[in-house]
Amino acid sequence: MSVDAGSKAVSIRGVSKTFRTGTTALVDIDLEVEPGEFVSLIGPSGCGKSTVLRIVGDLVQPSAGSVLVNGKPAHRARLDHDYGIVFQDAVLYDWRTVAKNVSLPLEMLGWSRARRKARVEEMLELVELRGFESSRPWQLSGGMQQRVSIARALSFDPSLLLMDEPFGALDEMTRERLNLELLQIWEKAGSTVIFVTHSIPEAVFLSTRVVVMSSRPGRIADVIPVDLPRPRGVATREDTRFFELVTAVREALAAGRVEAPPRSLATGEVY
Amino acid sequence: MQGGNGSGTLRKLATLLVVPVALIVLWEGYKWLWQTTGWGWPFVVNDTTMPHVYSILQAFSQPTTTGGPPLIQSLLHAAWFTMKEAIAGFLLGGVIGFGLAVLLAHVRLLERGLLPFVVGSQTVPILAIAPMVVIGLGSKGVQGWKSVAILAAWLTFFPVAINTLRGLKSPDRRAVELMQSYAASQWSILWRLRVPASLPYIFTALKISATASVIGAIIGETPASIQDGLGGAIVNFNQYYSLQPTFLWATNIICAAMGLVFFGLVVIAEHLVVRRAPENVV
Repeated sequence: MSVDAGSKAVSIRGVSKTFRTGTTALVDIDLEVEPGEFVSLIGPSGCGKSTVLRIVGDLVQPSAGSVLVNGKPAHRARLDHDYGIVFQDAVLYDWRTVAKNVSLPLEMLGWSRARRKARVEEMLELVELRGFESSRPWQLSGGMQQRVSIARALSFDPSLLLMDEPFGALDEMTRERLNLELLQIWEKAGSTVIFVTHSIPEAVFLSTRVVVMSSRPGRIADVIPVDLPRPRGVATREDTRFFELVTAVREALAAGRVEAPPRSLATGEVY
Repeated sequence: MQGGNGSGTLRKLATLLVVPVALIVLWEGYKWLWQTTGWGWPFVVNDTTMPHVYSILQAFSQPTTTGGPPLIQSLLHAAWFTMKEAIAGFLLGGVIGFGLAVLLAHVRLLERGLLPFVVGSQTVPILAIAPMVVIGLGSKGVQGWKSVAILAAWLTFFPVAINTLRGLKSPDRRAVELMQSYAASQWSILWRLRVPASLPYIFTALKISATASVIGAIIGETPASIQDGLGGAIVNFNQYYSLQPTFLWATNIICAAMGLVFFGLVVIAEHLVVRRAPENVV
């Protein structure tokens, strides 16, 4: 079993996390991600999906279990710059221009000025933000800021992209457009993506597999492979198979709730 | 602001003039009312306690000693001397305050142990320590103005330390995690994230420190018996107040102007250095 772990992009084995406060966030998570896969983690708030992402990124230490990224311990992978991360907020540095924000990781990798400049141009081309090089982050819309943050995460060509609800703060229309752009970027870049989201259609639209998590304590309830044809586009969202998969994820989410949802006596409504 | 550069500049100039004009009107109005009614509360108003504004302004051109240079010349001389002390103290205090904040931000234990003493240092009156510093350092051959600069630094380092500390801690968790995801060292996180994030905080402190260092320099001169600066001038003109009250008032105006100039320099530097979202400027 551990023999083939080296060929996986990410290999999570028996990971649990209990916080210092005593809250158990995750119990016994097992997940293997193949190179080039696009895996979404979906689940109710507090199910620990972001914690899984941070453990893979070596930003949080698991209480038990092990994580291998490209066959290396997560810590080594972080030091080797194996992954780029995108948060819900773009987390751009106000005092840097757009171009300087994108080149931040390149500076830390010691790239020459000329090489950085060329790569920044290439990345801004990719996220369709040419011409905004010298803008300040606060002059951009939320969607544009998030595209800068994606350009920054991809600038040093990491094999793995960790995305923590990157489009959660955006309006529906911007979100759908960025979903499409992200797929195009992913197909071009050929990297592996782990994507945390609240949105069922988003998860289905983007992913090769949707990992459904349940809460208290967080664990994996189901893994649903998404067999929608690629390249996916606007028509994909109107495909019958798309709706079937959305329903499947929704049912898995509902089934994952251990505690029966409280039923209001007055209305019989299920919360 | 929109609406034409010319009228904008004019309006700005007008707003700048409103307060001095109002002050002059208040001063002269108060003086006139108290003198005509003869009210003695809270103090008797006459040309000694409240000289006319024009006679204060006239004082600038009067010689302080018979045949000597006009007052303005000796005051500008003194102001330059005090400004040197203030700038040296400002820079010294700024560096110490910044260094202290970096240290406190990185060593939790120190923050708890040292901070109360840092706060305590500011409640010791500068008048109490000034003679010790000036005489103590003087016996080691340190020039008087350098000792005064140290006293100015005493007042300057505190706001810088407190504000910088706050600024260094201001980046949110994600911003730090982003740096960690690049395997950044503490050093790199300090210079690429924490220090740039704290610049607006630092400049807020520097504005306070600019005026505090002027006060420190003026006050530091008096117990040190340094005659060359504005502090010396104030002590001197105090003694002759009943004979020449306008000289002291003229000196006060120069002190205030000096603080303003220093403050203005920091504001200009802030505009050049700090590039933040308008709503994020502290």
